[in-house]
Amino acid sequence: MTPPPPTRRPATTPGGQASPGSVPGPPSGGPEAPDHPSLRGRGGGRAGDRVFLGLSRGAGILLLIVIAAIAGFLLYRGINAIKVDQGNFLTTAGWDPNGLKPVFGVAALVVGTVLSSIVAMVIAVPVGVGVALFISHYAPRRLAQLLGWVVDLLAAVPSVVYGLWGTLFLVPKMMGIHTWLGSYLGWVPVFNQSQPGAYPRTLFTAGVVLAIMVLPIITAMSREVFLQTPRAHEEAALALGATRWEMIRTAVLPFGRPGVISGSMLALGRALGETMAVAMVISQGFNVTLHLLDPGTSTTIAANIANGFGEASRPVGVDALIASGLVLFVITLIVNGIARWIVARRKEFAGSAA
Amino acid sequence: MAKRIDVDNLDAYYGKTKAVSGISMTVEPRSVTAFIGPSGCGKSTFLRTLNRMHEVIPGARVDGRVLLDDEDLYAPQVDPVAVRRTVGMVFQRPNPFPTMSVYENVAAGLKLNGVRKADLDDVVEKSLRGANLWEEVKGRLKKPGAGLSGGQQQRLCIARAIAVEPAVLLMDEPCSALDPISTLAIEDLMGSLKERFTIVIVTHNMQQAARVSDRTAFFNLEGPGRPGTLIEMDATEKIFSNPGVKDTEDYISGRFG
Ligand SMILES: Nc1ncnc2c1ncn2[C@@H]1O[C@H](COP(=O)(O)OP(=O)(O)OP(=O)(O)O)[C@@H](O)[C@H]1O
Ligand SMILES: [Mg+2]
Repeated sequence: MTPPPPTRRPATTPGGQASPGSVPGPPSGGPEAPDHPSLRGRGGGRAGDRVFLGLSRGAGILLLIVIAAIAGFLLYRGINAIKVDQGNFLTTAGWDPNGLKPVFGVAALVVGTVLSSIVAMVIAVPVGVGVALFISHYAPRRLAQLLGWVVDLLAAVPSVVYGLWGTLFLVPKMMGIHTWLGSYLGWVPVFNQSQPGAYPRTLFTAGVVLAIMVLPIITAMSREVFLQTPRAHEEAALALGATRWEMIRTAVLPFGRPGVISGSMLALGRALGETMAVAMVISQGFNVTLHLLDPGTSTTIAANIANGFGEASRPVGVDALIASGLVLFVITLIVNGIARWIVARRKEFAGSAA
Repeated sequence: MAKRIDVDNLDAYYGKTKAVSGISMTVEPRSVTAFIGPSGCGKSTFLRTLNRMHEVIPGARVDGRVLLDDEDLYAPQVDPVAVRRTVGMVFQRPNPFPTMSVYENVAAGLKLNGVRKADLDDVVEKSLRGANLWEEVKGRLKKPGAGLSGGQQQRLCIARAIAVEPAVLLMDEPCSALDPISTLAIEDLMGSLKERFTIVIVTHNMQQAARVSDRTAFFNLEGPGRPGTLIEMDATEKIFSNPGVKDTEDYISGRFG
């Protein structure tokens, strides 16, 4: 065997063909023929890249333009409304943009929006996480599958249907709970009933409907992260002598926390913006009030837009609704910011990628 | 504190498959016992029957008796949770809780046992010292446990396991994911831990078994496609110099299969 010429080719080549001890014999071509096709590139690839780059860049720019146009339109009309507002747009409790002397403000709407969503979250987060834990760690396989399927089904129900169900079925049934809460917990401001016995088309009922609507979001996302808990961490907890619930507390919940928070924030976003169901359930009013159990005192931004749009007899009426929509947008942004901050706060201890 | 284990004719199943068959042995207190044997012969399975971790796998089941100082772990009135508090376990891959700090990791088992907050500091320090980790982590107890090196994480897991003062410590290939220096640190540690605990270690490393253990048990399959079983168990010097069974000698000298 002849020793190989010292510098026939670079020592490292793609495909690992170079072996120092043997003379390489490419199947075709002389010693100078480039036998590393992978280095040459396939002519067509670059053109494809360029076309795709152009398309995706164009799509991105188009999207930005569309968003900017929408934002500009909404801001312009919203500012128009605020300019003709005879009251203070942020602090006035009342909504009369269609009169000759338009007076309107979002104070009551913001309070109603936030309160109904808080009610929804207080109910939906514990129940949703509980259901998710039951599906992921307690229920036998068949039952877990069935429950998961039912939850997904709940998520697919259109909100009008929830609204119909809420007005026709749930509202009458809420009477008893309202009376009970009013008489036993009436000393807590939010449960104070100034008109006991009134038909319960209230913020509280709206919150309950919202809770049912957002429950599947929380459950589905929590179940996903709970199922991803590494077996090693669960076994670590069990081997320390944890009961099943203690294992869930030490291993599953901390691991799933970011996912539960993300799911809850998605749910909160949906609750804040939910329009039809609330509009159908609630009896609307424009007072700043904490009384969840009093009908006709309050409403939410989104429900007010749905109800007010048809009645807006002058452009100002529509502009005022647009301005309130912008406020809802800001609230949602703030909520998302808080959620991100909570998730990022313990980044160092990142439990999951969710 | 350290307790003695007597196993009497134990079978372990995964669903319908029998993975381990007819094992009887005695593990002496205050000593290190090594389990060796080819892959898949049921060492891990058998180890996990000793603290009732086997049954957390769906469908898994055990027949036979395991006596811990004359108390049958599989008696009907025995609570598996209590068993696992008495018989601790360290896994092959270090598995500190990722969302917890070094301190919280060590304290995790103590909190389950309801140790008072005021006493935690002392026990955490004592356990970390016991795991030869204190000097390395005392300045970063509040940092994530998952941020330590692999060897440190494994010692953290040992600290977590010994913090609850178990009677027995089971270790399933505790060094197989570690570098030689960390391995040495953990081997040294076993020498000191055996004064307080009964230690059982599964290892594929013959030198390690010879270095750290007092007694060695050799496991093998009963035959191809058959469950694993105990072939022989004796003092470590005896197993490594003059084993009673030919298979043991073949396995130890690397002339196996
Ligand atoms: N979760 C499980 N479900 C079903 N069978 C299993 C399970 N875990 C292990 N087995 C089977 O049980 C037998 C014994 O496995 P085990 O893990 O106890 O072997 P081992 O001696 O620890 O092997 P190694 O040295 O590779 O760790 C193997 O045939 C394995 O396939
Ligand atoms: Mg194993």
